[in-house]
Amino acid sequence: MIWVPLLLSAAHLVSFSLWTIWISFTPSTLVPVSGWVGLRNYTAVIASRNWQIAFDNLLLFGSAFVLLSLVTGFMLAILLDQRIRGENVLRSIFLYPLAVSFVVTGTVWSWLLNPGIGIEKLVHDLGWTSFRFDWLVDRDMAIWTIVIAAIWQSSGFAMALFLAGLRSVDADIIKAAQIDGAGPFRMYGRVILPTLWPITITVVVVQLQFAISAFDLVRALTNGGPGIATQLPALVVYDLMFQRGLLGRGAAAAVLMLLILLAVLLPYAAWRYVQQRRATHA
Amino acid sequence: MRDRAFAPSRIFIYLLVSSIAAAYLAPLVVVVLNSLRTNEEIAQASMIGWPKHWAWSNYIAAWSGFCVAETCAGIRPYMLNSALVTIPATIFSTMLGAIAGYAVSLWRFRGDSWIYGIVTLGLFLPQQMRLLPWTVVLRDTGLINTLTGLVLIHTIQGLSFTTLFCRNYYIAIPHELIRAARIDGAGFFRIFWRIILPLSSPILIVTVIWQFTHIWNEFLYGVTFTTGQQQPVTAALIALSAAIADIPQHGVQSAAVIIAALPTLLIYLFGGRYFVRGLTAGAIK
Repeated sequence: MIWVPLLLSAAHLVSFSLWTIWISFTPSTLVPVSGWVGLRNYTAVIASRNWQIAFDNLLLFGSAFVLLSLVTGFMLAILLDQRIRGENVLRSIFLYPLAVSFVVTGTVWSWLLNPGIGIEKLVHDLGWTSFRFDWLVDRDMAIWTIVIAAIWQSSGFAMALFLAGLRSVDADIIKAAQIDGAGPFRMYGRVILPTLWPITITVVVVQLQFAISAFDLVRALTNGGPGIATQLPALVVYDLMFQRGLLGRGAAAAVLMLLILLAVLLPYAAWRYVQQRRATHA
Repeated sequence: MRDRAFAPSRIFIYLLVSSIAAAYLAPLVVVVLNSLRTNEEIAQASMIGWPKHWAWSNYIAAWSGFCVAETCAGIRPYMLNSALVTIPATIFSTMLGAIAGYAVSLWRFRGDSWIYGIVTLGLFLPQQMRLLPWTVVLRDTGLINTLTGLVLIHTIQGLSFTTLFCRNYYIAIPHELIRAARIDGAGFFRIFWRIILPLSSPILIVTVIWQFTHIWNEFLYGVTFTTGQQQPVTAALIALSAAIADIPQHGVQSAAVIIAALPTLLIYLFGGRYFVRGLTAGAIK
């Protein structure tokens, strides 16, 4: 009896994954059917322009978002670590976007970044008519609007973890470095940053996982547009499964998403394993 | 790192911090102000501006007036849907997660670490891998396009998170406590109710906040498995912005956005401190 919830959860994860993988090898279109088409769904997905753009966008969005939210989060954490007044209020301000749905934040950012009604319009009305900020409708720049909104949404998470990390740095180490005459830059660069590696890696993994499965934010902000310029894998899966009724291909795209995720998670798992072994042997 | 009264560098830090804070607050401020401006006013100027006339009527229209598709009942029915999904699913997944986490940490059995490992992997498995199977399960059980179906999904999927967090918390409870209780003849559930649950409030606050915000904010399952009057508020918001794309009604839409975000914002405002503490404690361990 007591194991029912746990077994149910494990069973659904295993059976659902296997079932989706199986569907990805079948010729299923509108309804699941049995059969075997080998890798045909996979080659079709990978050859499609939709997926290629989605994959390139994921590489760009994923790396830019993770890097910038790390930098932003770390910077905010250092600023809040300076014993400033109103730290609690500031921390809440940096964290509140996290509580709000991506649907809401995507909608709001789509207004702010829309040249017709948002920031560009405001600056025009103020008299600077040559000002341009039309990334949302610019094919080459639209993906950056998603980066901006995503950083705004979740850099607070990185900040919270880094701040907790900064607060847990051994006071003796800091004192020793101060006696050695280390200035603030050397202090953070050489002394404190190295101790924050585990947190940094946790943040990277969590943010990458978010980037790979990003759906709501893009759906509300650009809906993949203009054209398919901000297409991402999660949107391709949804499009194939529920709009075009190509279940086999949609499942193949979902499995490809899983593979991308594993490419991130397996090194992380290996690193964790080595860390834990080192910890137990030390 | 150390207090140096008010050196110029301190002033610079305050300037920097407050301008960044202003940038983080700006989107919220813009939406709040817009929710109080008339549609004409927004159309003439931009989305960014101070209300000339306080259009409180936007909130009434957003709550119970505007039309999505053919029904003109405002956002109210969708808020109710979200509440009817989020509240039970949060309670069920937290309770089951607490029992599962307690079982895993204090009632070991052969192969439990494997099962627990699979459950934790569920945190990382993309939602997209589970969309088709859930479609089949909901269709075969007749739960497609029902709120019960969404409750089922969120309860089962929430177990990955709730079990993980509760297990990490319970693992620190001394085994001797449990052993002594067992010698006294207490069973699994008796120990759970009498000993474990009373100790659990810090972790239950974290899981409840996490589950509530996640389920309330969830969109993909809502939009995939429900239509029309059965949709949660996130899906309704997207339908709303598509419906009014031709005739912009940004004032009403802003009010709708505020209403939809309010429950999680309030939860975060009142419980955020505990949540951040629990979250960071879990990540640093």
